[in-house]
Amino acid sequence: MSVNGPPVVKPRPVYLNLVRIRLPLPGIVSILHRISGVALFLFAIPLALFAMQASLESAAGFASMQSMFAHPLCKLVLVGLLWAYLHHFFAGIRYLLIDLHVGDDLTPARQSSVVVLVASLALTLIIAVRLW
Amino acid sequence: MTRPLRQTVGAHYGWKDWLVQRVTAVIMVLYTLWMLAVTLYNGGIDYALWQALFANGAFRIATLLFGLALLWHAWIGMRDIWMDYIKPTAVRLTLEVMTFVVLVAYAAWLAQILWAAGQV
Repeated sequence: MSVNGPPVVKPRPVYLNLVRIRLPLPGIVSILHRISGVALFLFAIPLALFAMQASLESAAGFASMQSMFAHPLCKLVLVGLLWAYLHHFFAGIRYLLIDLHVGDDLTPARQSSVVVLVASLALTLIIAVRLW
Repeated sequence: MTRPLRQTVGAHYGWKDWLVQRVTAVIMVLYTLWMLAVTLYNGGIDYALWQALFANGAFRIATLLFGLALLWHAWIGMRDIWMDYIKPTAVRLTLEVMTFVVLVAYAAWLAQILWAAGQV
């Protein structure tokens, strides 16, 4: 680093433009981890409790849950939440491994973030196709 | 008079929550894999199997454990998000309290469902 010469003047403060910012892949996995977590909290937990209660009450309740989830709109919601669960699941396991210093260098961390994105999307797609 | 040095290390809940978030995650992974195995082994779940599962006391306890792990995990995650993005203290506190109350209500709801399933 050169000590001489005029100091480099950087424009400060730096404002982050969320529309223009380009997140690296691990950053995308990270923000999707948050977004999927919020979706699971807001929608999946109450929906799961509701479905669990109705389906355990009686055979008729079980059948009514089956027909409810057979509705295309309901399936769409289910597929969305399925992706949220799978992404949160795989990204979470990635973080657990990084905590154990497995793959915490830059290159493997980038590779594993691709694996998380692709695996959760691919599995969601496969199950969605089987649902339809 | 000598005073003890003031400790400037915070409230200590950071490392505990960090650990809880990971322990609850592992519990949920195990339960998820177990349920996946049950589903695949039986080629789907019909009403008879669904009822038989919940008639088993050990399964109900495992489900309660999973549910409590999930709700605790959701509490730490949501509180972190409120702390990160909501600056006004009054708004953040309101959201945190609402989140907490909702999660405790969910825990009660789950307990009710499991209790009813045990009465059959």
